[in-house]
Amino acid sequence: MTNGSHNAATGEVNSTRFRLPQPVKVVLGLVTTLGLTFLGLLVVTFFIGRVVPIDPVLAAVGDHASASAYEKAKIELGLHLPLWQQFLVYVKNVAVGDFGESVLTANPVIDDIKRVFPATLELASMGTIFGVVLGIPMGVIAAVHKGRWPDQLVRVFGLLGYSVPVFWLGLVGLLLFYAKLDWVAGPGRLDIAYEYLVDPVTGMLLVDSLIAGEIDVFFNAFSHIALPAIILGYFSLAYISRMTRSFMLEQLSQEYIITARVKGLSETRIIWRHALGNVMVPLVTVIALSYANLLEGSVLTEIVFAWPGLGQYITNSLLQADMNAVLGGTVVVGSVFISLNLLSDILYRLLDPRAK
Amino acid sequence: MRRLLGAVAIAAMAWTTPAAFAETPKDTLVMANAIDDIITLDPAEIFEFSGAEYAGNTYDRLIGYEIEDVSKIYGVAAESWSISDDGKTYTFKMRPGIKFISGNPLTAEDAAFSLQRAIILDKSPAFILTQFGFTPENVKDKIRATDDSTLVIETDQAYAPTFLLYCLTATISSVVDKKEVMAHEQDGDLGHKWLRTNFAGSSTFKLRQWKANEVLVLDRNDDYWGELPAMKRVVIRHIAEPATQRLLLEKGDIDIARKLGADQLAGLEGNADIRARQGEKGAVYYLGLSQKNEFLSKPQVRQALKYLVDYKGIEQTIMKGKATVHQAFLPKGFLGALTETPFSLDVEKAKALLAEAGLADGFSLTMDTRNTAEITEMAQSIQSTFAQAGIKLEIIPGDGKQTLTKYRARNHDIYIGRWGPDYQDPHTNADTFARNPDNSDDAKSKPLAWRNSWDIPAMTKQADAAVLERDAAKRAEMYLALQREHQQVSPFVVMLQDIEVIAERANTKGFIIGPAFDDNRYHKVTKD
Repeated sequence: MTNGSHNAATGEVNSTRFRLPQPVKVVLGLVTTLGLTFLGLLVVTFFIGRVVPIDPVLAAVGDHASASAYEKAKIELGLHLPLWQQFLVYVKNVAVGDFGESVLTANPVIDDIKRVFPATLELASMGTIFGVVLGIPMGVIAAVHKGRWPDQLVRVFGLLGYSVPVFWLGLVGLLLFYAKLDWVAGPGRLDIAYEYLVDPVTGMLLVDSLIAGEIDVFFNAFSHIALPAIILGYFSLAYISRMTRSFMLEQLSQEYIITARVKGLSETRIIWRHALGNVMVPLVTVIALSYANLLEGSVLTEIVFAWPGLGQYITNSLLQADMNAVLGGTVVVGSVFISLNLLSDILYRLLDPRAK
Repeated sequence: MRRLLGAVAIAAMAWTTPAAFAETPKDTLVMANAIDDIITLDPAEIFEFSGAEYAGNTYDRLIGYEIEDVSKIYGVAAESWSISDDGKTYTFKMRPGIKFISGNPLTAEDAAFSLQRAIILDKSPAFILTQFGFTPENVKDKIRATDDSTLVIETDQAYAPTFLLYCLTATISSVVDKKEVMAHEQDGDLGHKWLRTNFAGSSTFKLRQWKANEVLVLDRNDDYWGELPAMKRVVIRHIAEPATQRLLLEKGDIDIARKLGADQLAGLEGNADIRARQGEKGAVYYLGLSQKNEFLSKPQVRQALKYLVDYKGIEQTIMKGKATVHQAFLPKGFLGALTETPFSLDVEKAKALLAEAGLADGFSLTMDTRNTAEITEMAQSIQSTFAQAGIKLEIIPGDGKQTLTKYRARNHDIYIGRWGPDYQDPHTNADTFARNPDNSDDAKSKPLAWRNSWDIPAMTKQADAAVLERDAAKRAEMYLALQREHQQVSPFVVMLQDIEVIAERANTKGFIIGPAFDDNRYHKVTKD
């Protein structure tokens, strides 16, 4: 997707007579790419949703319903129309921001997403912060001590994070830190006692509680999110630290590092400022991608921690053939990927003076 | 470097804010359940386990039955009733003094409106009422309030009185607040869109909040006309993972765990703070044998398969207290339920029957199997016992909706299923297991007998006669006879009856586990 926007943005225009100004070209290219990407996304999800061997009417009315109730629901869902017509109706509605209603929740899909996405956003952001704050220094240390015990330690720690199933890690984490040690609160986003104290503004409890000035609620929400965020973050930590290490190794063998050492700069300054400074550019893409992965919603983590996020929402909807909800959720995930790619592009330009 | 590590260590310690409350508030019942099946809060549409439980605690119906003995029917919103001599007209006298949470009084008009509305909306459970001859066109004449305290219902035939009465105890017969609902009507939808996520009832609890797949919160209805519940609030959290439910329960963050697996329940044994309780539910587990299959259509093969299921083994090892052996289509607790269990695992007998059918060398079959843990394990047990008699069974796993779609299209050999009754009258299961009025491929209704292509004109007539028998004792006899025949000849291997098990903290008492899902009640719950 990013590459597409790049090409469109920087593609040569041969005509000398009508040269569009650069920013307009960038925006135009962007809009085209976004439009095509979304359309592709809609087409693929829509038709996959229609070929799965599940009868969506049956999923809506249930097994015991009478023939007349079944027919009525079929018409209400618009499923009596030919497939191409259903698709046109859907695209037309989406174009004006109407994703339809979810069969499962009785709500407009857009309202559901407004409710579940902030929960995922909050969790994914905390997880990514955890992964970045620990992952980058670990990667740097591993690179600097290449082949010695700190490197091995980071490698083993990272491999564990990458290979142990999240589901198991989550349950063991709960058993240890919640059930036995009482260090963190249990599954869910808040204790019952704190429910309803804060009005939803952003839907992210950590933010909303601060806005409302409810410090107790903030700490309770924090104690609920800590464990799932760490477990999610562990996965990105593993990835980020491995990538940081390999980027750093590449930089540390460059000539400018030798020059810096010859000039007598302190080792700390060489590693943390010069080498890491250059590593930040490709690292931004790595972080953005792993953030985007977490934002899809991690179904298993969400189930273990009873976290009402996007992952559970989409999975549930898919299993129940609630196609409006699946399509809506997919468009959100797609948008997240596209905008994070865009963001990393912009950051890339800011961090690297050569990328103009 | 050192400073950085220090900062990381401090940040790590900051995560470990201790949990503030380990106990739930004294006046609040907190439960963990899987409530992702709730798709609506409108009683005219509710047809899911958790939804029915919600309606059972929030809406009053005209009549109810005693949980311990369902044959004892009593008035709720109706104080008394009488039946005309021809058996077609029912007259209900309404109980005075009941108010909806809006403050409106509950009258016969509300009761008539609620039933009419359910029939006009024609949602999934509507057949429970339309089977008495009501249609959207005639219902306003057939069900009517003659004054504020009198409701008249006219059925098309003289049915067994309990048939109608039990149907009036079902969720779909909940009385909704006509004024309130109609105030929210959009495009002639009788307030359906609004009521899907809102509340207009009069019973012990009222809706505070429903967040799909997250939480359902009920508050006590302080204006309830009967005895007030002790709990001010009931919070039902959606916790999909049973292991998580167990942790929350042990920790005291919830009072009752509703969806524990056999493993979790076994793990909790010996914990003095936690008590497990159970109640028999109406759902039965069964195998459906398609009569389109050349082997399964032979009577000896059907009979043989009934001797090739390890009923006891499944009950004791796979279901461990969550189901009990049962072999007739009417579950225990229903009028006329047959409790005889003539079948047990008997490979020799089965082999003899197969030889009689000319199939001594065995044959192959497939079984569509929902990919949940319990159903899959049952299927594997059946696969191994079938193999002992030379039948090669291939298990085709699939998501529940997927296997069901295939079953309803009659594309299976064997389907392993679970069927829950829709109301408390025996006709509910007779209607689907023992009636098949039209066996053609494009039949309008798809009862279980139809799905297995079992053409039974004579048995259909028998079932129809039973529903018209007005003498309860005679009617029970008719169902017993019907089940005895069905048990032997039908393409259904009924195996087990469901048991619902809850685990509660020792200080929590009074949660009622009723025979139907809308009989699970919270109003007697107390906490020490």
